[in-house]
Amino acid sequence: MAAREPIDTHEYDVVVIGAGGAGLRAAIEASAQGARTALICKSLLGKAHTVMAEGGAAAALGNVWPEDNWQVHFRDTMRGGKLINNWKMAEIFAKEAPDRVLELEEWGAVFDRTRDGLISQRDFGGHRYARLAHVGDRTGLEIIRTLQYKLISMPVDVFMECTVTRLFTEGGRIAGAFGYRRDTGAFLVFGAKAIVLATGGLGKTWKHTSMSWESTGDGVALALDAGADLIDVEMVQFHPTGMIWPPGARGILVTEGVRGDGGVLRNAKGERFMFNYVPEFFKKETADTEAEGDRWYTDKTNRRPPELLPRDEVTRAIYAEVKAGRGSPHGGVFLDIATRRSAEYIRKRLPSMYHQFMELAGVDITKAPMEVYPTCHYSMGGVRVDAETEETTVPGLFAAGELAAGLHGANRLGGNSLTDILVFGRRAGLFAAQHAKTVPGTPPASAAAIDEAAAELLIPFEAAGGENPYAIQSELQETMQDHVGIYRDEAGMKEGLRRIEALKPRAQHVKVEGPREYNPGWHATRDLYSMLTVAEVVTRAAIERTETRGGHSRTDHPKAQPAWEGTNLVVRKRNGEITLDHVPIPAMPAELSALLEVK
Amino acid sequence: MKPGETVHLRVWRGTRTGGEFKGYDVTATDGMVVLDALRAAQATQAPDLAIRWNCKAGKCGSCSAEVNGHPRLTCMTRLEEIHDEGPVTVAPMKTFPVIKDLVTDVSWNYEKAKEIPPFTPGPKPPDGKRRMYQEDVERIQEFRKCIECFLCQNVCHVIRDHPDNKPAFSGPRFLIHLANLSMHPWDTVDRTEFVKRQAGIGFCNITKCCTEVCPESIRITDNAIIPLKERVVSRDYDPILWLWRKVTGRAK
Repeated sequence: MAAREPIDTHEYDVVVIGAGGAGLRAAIEASAQGARTALICKSLLGKAHTVMAEGGAAAALGNVWPEDNWQVHFRDTMRGGKLINNWKMAEIFAKEAPDRVLELEEWGAVFDRTRDGLISQRDFGGHRYARLAHVGDRTGLEIIRTLQYKLISMPVDVFMECTVTRLFTEGGRIAGAFGYRRDTGAFLVFGAKAIVLATGGLGKTWKHTSMSWESTGDGVALALDAGADLIDVEMVQFHPTGMIWPPGARGILVTEGVRGDGGVLRNAKGERFMFNYVPEFFKKETADTEAEGDRWYTDKTNRRPPELLPRDEVTRAIYAEVKAGRGSPHGGVFLDIATRRSAEYIRKRLPSMYHQFMELAGVDITKAPMEVYPTCHYSMGGVRVDAETEETTVPGLFAAGELAAGLHGANRLGGNSLTDILVFGRRAGLFAAQHAKTVPGTPPASAAAIDEAAAELLIPFEAAGGENPYAIQSELQETMQDHVGIYRDEAGMKEGLRRIEALKPRAQHVKVEGPREYNPGWHATRDLYSMLTVAEVVTRAAIERTETRGGHSRTDHPKAQPAWEGTNLVVRKRNGEITLDHVPIPAMPAELSALLEVK
Repeated sequence: MKPGETVHLRVWRGTRTGGEFKGYDVTATDGMVVLDALRAAQATQAPDLAIRWNCKAGKCGSCSAEVNGHPRLTCMTRLEEIHDEGPVTVAPMKTFPVIKDLVTDVSWNYEKAKEIPPFTPGPKPPDGKRRMYQEDVERIQEFRKCIECFLCQNVCHVIRDHPDNKPAFSGPRFLIHLANLSMHPWDTVDRTEFVKRQAGIGFCNITKCCTEVCPESIRITDNAIIPLKERVVSRDYDPILWLWRKVTGRAK
């Protein structure tokens, strides 16, 4: 590199990386605690993936069913997660969720109402009671916009369209971050006493996903490279209902609210096939006749219809049904609400779904069924954090939201994500601000570390190679879809890993054309680095976990194994190598384990 | 447009200092949208083509552009709808300065958002449970559907044709935000003066261009702007208040 270019340098107490719900909530809290706070957005403010969340935010407000309380929410969350959740996080979550949702109303959110003027709540899979605060099927938009407008009324510096490519540590604790501005291509350095990672999900590593452009798992790579532990990264959720046709729309989410509001799944013969797929674990709480399932919507003394089993169960059932030759014309199954609810009700409750199918597929969902198939949707695993403070294993580095792991165990219940980002986003901001107060001064990142980070980013402009970053991304997505998808087996995953390893050297030779200013090809090389990291750690962990549990389904190990029930799988990077460790989950206190029994 | 057919794209390429339309041919697939076609060109022919997009599902409002002269979300514009019109011409939004290719500098919108006095609810009722009723919030829920694609801002001739109005006018996006705040049952701030002075509502002469381009079908003019105008007018031209101001010299 020639003479060093001048680098725009900033110092803060707390730097929050990622501006979805978790990052926004963290920044709001850090600023409220008096910390000098910056928020770094990969896209424009208000565009992060949270905007796509549809169904609602689960909280035991008890507005619709007074019988609901945190204990039932805790139970549902743990059982939905197949018991490898961090139970302390699940407890904190269930207890704090109602306050976090109500707080949004103080900041201007307008949820749909009950007749009594309180927040209305909707049914969703795995939840005993109607529990999701919602606004039609655009709840994520309501939440991100509310947080966005709260944030801009506070003294937080917002850096839009900036990408962080490296975290700096000094003496084993966090010291800052390096990145660049998309519009000018200029480098940025942040000195920080504490950093909150809230970069969201990693679904773009698969071909068919409900996730947006940003969800390339950047935080996974950043945290791993900074020395932080990951856990349970093999737990990737394939949401049962994504659009399957037309091809350009494949993977776009169809909210679980369709089933929560009365929709059912049918195969090519018109049968409600979910009744054939109720696992032993959920038999006691699931209806065994259509009549009982249909009564449940209005009378909770009945048991839940099997269409509202937790997502992992429904996904496996759809996969099996299509495999058995009973699929829809484009290879999915039918999701039917048209014959079950009035057109007026459907348009009121599910306006986005109505428009999405009308505009992208030419299907009127008030008259015809939707064709759906599972789509890569969520990562239960991720960065390992302390349950109360959200601090990672690197002092001063915090993580929250989808990037952080623990709350959801092996499978997340619908509606638990929007509340997760509020509860743990707030805690991450709070404890990051408190941590910053204990740090006397920000140690400047070493000039050598800055130069290295800058040089690394510029390599693709000078590379002798000629590899196209988009082509490698696309091959990687195909590899993960084919080999580490809904169902996995050892031989397939080993083939997947071989292909990932073969892509790594090719990624070293990607070539970028054009200038540094707003160059998506250049950015794609950074995404590729994150995605290759995600692909490798997920595949290695998935090979290691020799059982089927939650989001991790194996044809060669089709049952849950008791030996794995008490185990988290920890991933670390040491001297450039990925290591895996089995870590026992601490025993649950008796007062919590007593809550898990089905009454 | 059938799968396998060739889509002729004409895409504006350039920077703040100027640019030109360039042609790219891509192969159509079933249900292809303009954004798919742009991304196909990017992946194979123009790796540095600057496009802004996130969700590709009509929810984030990032991929706004002018498609064959019409302000649209490129992710929700199917090629089938427009294939009779010949080559697909895609240009950046005209009202905002170009950064590169189809990406514009929309920071003006974020500055306008920041000026608006935030939501400020009154104290909680004695039982601690705030209430509002569905029939009272139907209207503001319509405004809250806004995805901030800024197409209404782009098409509004007050700023599209007269950029020098930008400091004195908020544009339709923020007038619906102000309507949302003013009609919220719990809010306590009177923003009438703000609506008149800083937001410059008087500039709007109700041509409804904003309503026409809104991908969320928000009735911006009828349901937000006209009621706000009425509030300003009824305050300014109320004869009793007018006399009170004359006599006392006070604003209220």
